Amino acid sequence: MSDAVASNPDKQSAPPAQAGRSWLSRALDSDVFYSFRRSKLTMVAAAITVLFFLLAIFASALAVQNPFDPAQLQLMNSRISPLWTADGQSPFLLGTDEQGRDVFSAILYGMRISLMVGVAGVIFAGALGIALGLIAGYFGGAVDGVIMRIADVQLTFPAILIALLVDGIAKSIFGNRLDATSMLVVLVISIGLSFWVGYARTVRGSVMVEKNKDYVAAAQLIGLPAPKIMLRHVLPNTMGPILVIATINLALAIITEATLSFLGVGLPDTMPSLGTLIRIGNNYLFAGEWWIVAFPGLALAGLILSINLLGDWLRDALNPKLR
Amino acid sequence: MLAFTLRRAVQAIGVMFAVGIIAFSMFRFAGDPVNQIVSIDTSAAEREIVRKSLGLDDPVPVQFVRYFADAAQFKFGVSYQFRQPVSTLLMERMPATLELAICATVFAMVFGILMGVYSALRRDTVLAKLFQAVSLVGISLPTFLIGILLIYLFAVTLGWLPSFGRGEVVKLGWWSTGLLTLSGLKALIMPSITLGLFQMTLIMRLVRAEMLEVLRTDYIRFARARGLTTRAIHFGHALKNTLIPVITVAGLQFGSVIAFSIITETVFQWPGMGLLFVQAVQNVDIPIMAAYLLMVSLIFVTINLVVDILYTVVDPRLRATVGRAS
Repeated sequence: MSDAVASNPDKQSAPPAQAGRSWLSRALDSDVFYSFRRSKLTMVAAAITVLFFLLAIFASALAVQNPFDPAQLQLMNSRISPLWTADGQSPFLLGTDEQGRDVFSAILYGMRISLMVGVAGVIFAGALGIALGLIAGYFGGAVDGVIMRIADVQLTFPAILIALLVDGIAKSIFGNRLDATSMLVVLVISIGLSFWVGYARTVRGSVMVEKNKDYVAAAQLIGLPAPKIMLRHVLPNTMGPILVIATINLALAIITEATLSFLGVGLPDTMPSLGTLIRIGNNYLFAGEWWIVAFPGLALAGLILSINLLGDWLRDALNPKLR
Repeated sequence: MLAFTLRRAVQAIGVMFAVGIIAFSMFRFAGDPVNQIVSIDTSAAEREIVRKSLGLDDPVPVQFVRYFADAAQFKFGVSYQFRQPVSTLLMERMPATLELAICATVFAMVFGILMGVYSALRRDTVLAKLFQAVSLVGISLPTFLIGILLIYLFAVTLGWLPSFGRGEVVKLGWWSTGLLTLSGLKALIMPSITLGLFQMTLIMRLVRAEMLEVLRTDYIRFARARGLTTRAIHFGHALKNTLIPVITVAGLQFGSVIAFSIITETVFQWPGMGLLFVQAVQNVDIPIMAAYLLMVSLIFVTINLVVDILYTVVDPRLRATVGRAS
C-alpha cells in the first residue's frame, strides 16, 4: 500500500535535486502522468468526464431554457423530435418531452443533480469509511472487532438494497411529504451508508501496516495526540488506494442514485436527475417518442463508462506491481 | 470442523437477530401502525382498543419477542396497501422471482463460462476483444438501461417478445410457473438476460483470469509434456480447476440476483417480490418492507453459511488453517 503512494511524487517529500521545481512540473514528470499520456482510451475518458462536469456546472448558461421554470415552457412545443429528423425544430437540438421541455436542457440540469448527489454521496461515504477505518485500524481490539463485523455483515448485502431500505425508512419516518431538497439529502445519506465499507476496510488495512512503522512510534514519543497522528501522519499514506475506490465509487453512486430515481423512490419529477428523466421518458417509448428516454440514457451511460475507465486506469497506474 | 460450522452458524444467527431488530424497529417505530389501520375519524378511545388488540401497549421487549415468534411462523402482519396478510402476498409472488433468478443465473453461468474460456484460449482474436468490450459495457451500464434498450429493440421495434408481465402461468399446487407455456417462456427471455448480464460479465472475467492463471502452472506444462491432447488439457485439467471459484461466485451472487431483481422486475412489470418491495417503499408499506428484509436476509445468510461450510469441505487447506486458528 505504502509503495503505491511513495511512487507518487506529489505525496513524497521532494529529494534535494527536485526541491526547486514547481508542483506542476513535478506532477507532469511523474510516472502516473506518463502512464496517462500513454493510454489514449484514458485520455478520451478523462476528456469526456471533464466535459460532462463542465456541462453540468455551466448548465444554466448552456441550456436554451430552464426546464423547471413553468413560465418558459410552452405546450405547443411538446413532443418535438430531434433537430435532424423531419419534424425537428430549432432550438430544440434533442427534441422536447410531453410538457414542451427541451431534452438537451433537461439533461444538462439532470446531470448537474446526478453529479451533485454522486459527489456528495462519495464524500459522505468516504468521510464515514475513512473515520471508522482509522479508528478500527489504529485502536484495534474490541472497537476494531465491532466495526469490522458490521462491515462484514453489510458487505453480504448489495448496496442497492441498503440504499433502498435507508430511503424507505427515511420516508416512513418523515412521511411521504419530503420535498425535493430533503430527498436529495436522503439520497446522499443512503448512498453514503451503502458504500462506506470499501473505504473502511482499505484504510484499516493500511493503518495496521503503517502504525508499526518508526515514524508513527516517533510521533507517539513526542507526545502527539492520537487523532493528530491518524489524520496528519497515517492518513496521507493511505490516500492512493482511497483515490481509486473513490473514483470507482463515484460511478457506482451515480448508478445507485439513477436506479433509485428510476424506481420512483429517488428524486421527484420537480427536480429530475438523469434517472428520473429516464423513468419519465420510459413512459413514452411505446408511443415511438424514443428521444425522451434515449438521450438521458446515453448521457448516463457515457458518464458512467468514462468514470469507470478512469478508475480502471488509476488502479493500474497506482499499482507498482503492474509497472 | 464441527467447531467452525457451529461458530459460523452462531454468527449467522447473530446477523439474523440484528436484521430482526432493524425490521422490528421499522415495523414498530417508523410511523404509528394504528394510524395505518383505522380511519381518520376514529375516536381516541377506539384507537386505544385497536392498540390493545394489536398488543402495542405491551413492553417493547415483549413485542419484539412476539414479532420474532410470528416471523418464525411466516406471519408478518397485514399490508397497509393491499389489506392482505403479507405472507400471502409474498408467497404468491415468490415463484415469479425465483424462476426469474434461476433462469438469469443459468444464463449467466452458461454464457459466462463459454465466453470466458474462449477469450482465455484465443486471447488475441477479434471476438475475444469484443467479449472484453461487452463485459466492460455490461459492468458500466445500469440494469434498467439495459432493460429499456432490450424492450425498445425486441418489443417495440421488432415486436418479437412481450415487454411486460409473465405471460400465461400454470398452477402447480401453490407454485405458479411460467416455464410450461410458450408465452411464459417468451416473457422470461428479456428479464433473464437483463438480470443475468452483470453476473455473466463477472463470471466471464473470472473464468478468463483463472484460466490464464491455471494455464501457466507447472501441472499444465507437465500435462503437455505427457503428450495429452490440447482439448484434454484445456477442458479436463484447466477448466475443471477454474470451476470451483466460479461456482462459489455464482452461489454467492445468487443472493444479489434476487436483490437486483427489484430493478428488473420494475422495468418489466414482473409480478415478483421485488416489484412488491418497490411498491412498498413508494407507498411506505412498512409490514411488506420489514418482511422482505427478513426474507432476503435469510436467503443471504443461508447462502453464505452453506458456501462457507462447503468451502471447508472442498478445500482441505482451509480446513487445516481453521483447525489451527481454533
